[in-house]
Amino acid sequence: MIPVQFDYVAPTTLGEALTALSQHGDDAKIIAGGQSLLPVLRMRLNAPEMVIDLGKIEELRGIRDDGDAIVIGAMTPHAVVGSDPLVAEHAALIPKAIEHLADAQIRHRGTFGGALAHADPAGDLGAPVLALGATFVIAGPAGVRTVPADEFFVDLFETAINDDEILTEVRIPKHTGWGAHYEKFVRVAHQWPIVAVAATLQTNGGTISEARVGLTNMGSTPIRARGVEEALAGQPATADAVRTASERATEGTNPPSDLNGDAEYRRHLAGVLTRRAVLNAAGA
Amino acid sequence: MTRINLTVDGEKVADDVEARMLLVQYLREKLGKTGTVIGCDTSNCGACTVHLNGQSVKSCNVLAVQADGAEVTTIEGLATDGQLHPVQEAFRECHGLQCGFCTPGMIMQSVDLLKENPHPSEEEIRLGLEGNLCRCTGYHNIVKAVQYAAEHSSGAVEGAPA
Repeated sequence: MIPVQFDYVAPTTLGEALTALSQHGDDAKIIAGGQSLLPVLRMRLNAPEMVIDLGKIEELRGIRDDGDAIVIGAMTPHAVVGSDPLVAEHAALIPKAIEHLADAQIRHRGTFGGALAHADPAGDLGAPVLALGATFVIAGPAGVRTVPADEFFVDLFETAINDDEILTEVRIPKHTGWGAHYEKFVRVAHQWPIVAVAATLQTNGGTISEARVGLTNMGSTPIRARGVEEALAGQPATADAVRTASERATEGTNPPSDLNGDAEYRRHLAGVLTRRAVLNAAGA
Repeated sequence: MTRINLTVDGEKVADDVEARMLLVQYLREKLGKTGTVIGCDTSNCGACTVHLNGQSVKSCNVLAVQADGAEVTTIEGLATDGQLHPVQEAFRECHGLQCGFCTPGMIMQSVDLLKENPHPSEEEIRLGLEGNLCRCTGYHNIVKAVQYAAEHSSGAVEGAPA
């Protein structure tokens, strides 16, 4: 099927995009890489009157080192982020998650900021950026503001970005030298994760000094597994210790039930996948 | 209507298109390049894979207007001077197809895969083709064709072995 008719603009600066957005308000939809939006438009689940394409705005692309953080432009494609040496060195969890995100064609076209702004609870980037304590930089008519990851994800497909605002970049605090792993459970290739776990941690002589764990598809937003993080701190990176800590993975979760598995099954998966993710991240 | 200018299989084209027109529709319906096929409605199957500025994309999941200013290569632009591309040759040699419907997308994605990783393992080939479905389930010979292409094009691409 083809989308319903819509008007289209492709501004070349962020300022022009914000102006277009304020003119069209609710009737407008932003397109980044379009890998989530275009299927929705094709199936006519959404019919915006105006589509504002950010594809020609160069200032929204690129990755830079900014002291204690790596800054990823919202329009940077997954394939670029996933193979970037700066990101690999300072936020290894991100490329681990991107490695198995969708497929090669979609990683070429889909963007880091687009996927996060779309806020699908089964999306692969939410849990890693939450675990890494990222900050979201959002531009609007009143200027630029920043939102911490803990406040960015509001609900199913809903973020802290207002209707007249655009996500411009994501700042990831450096976690240099931290081990990382993204453990994703799917039945078939190219599927959204039924559940996935993002884990990154620092070890010191076989002891976990600090761990960060995020859960994918265990609620209407990505969720930090703070209970697991607390339980891991100061523990040896051994199978037994990690197994015990992983039992807390379901705390504060509210997983969906669907054809891929009911909530109880997802809670079981969360514990198993957390154990695997943490042990892998610890290199144990 | 929106004016677009792009290069498709080496030829410059310009058209006024509806913003909602998908790149695959533009290629097939405006340019008559029916070698690129539509297999699904969900951006899962990869049959419509083309190269946009040298990278594989699913052309059912790109608007024609988003390709403004870009260089597009379809399955019809791979052969040069009547010579099949080494990956096309490999699919023929290894019979990397059954019904043939997924073949254009499989070949375009394989070309991209080999560009990024000229000597992939079998697992890397299967992962690299994850976004392309063969509903005949003829994956075995497709993987063999990619291996064949990797073995036979390395000499041509990288020169004589040391």
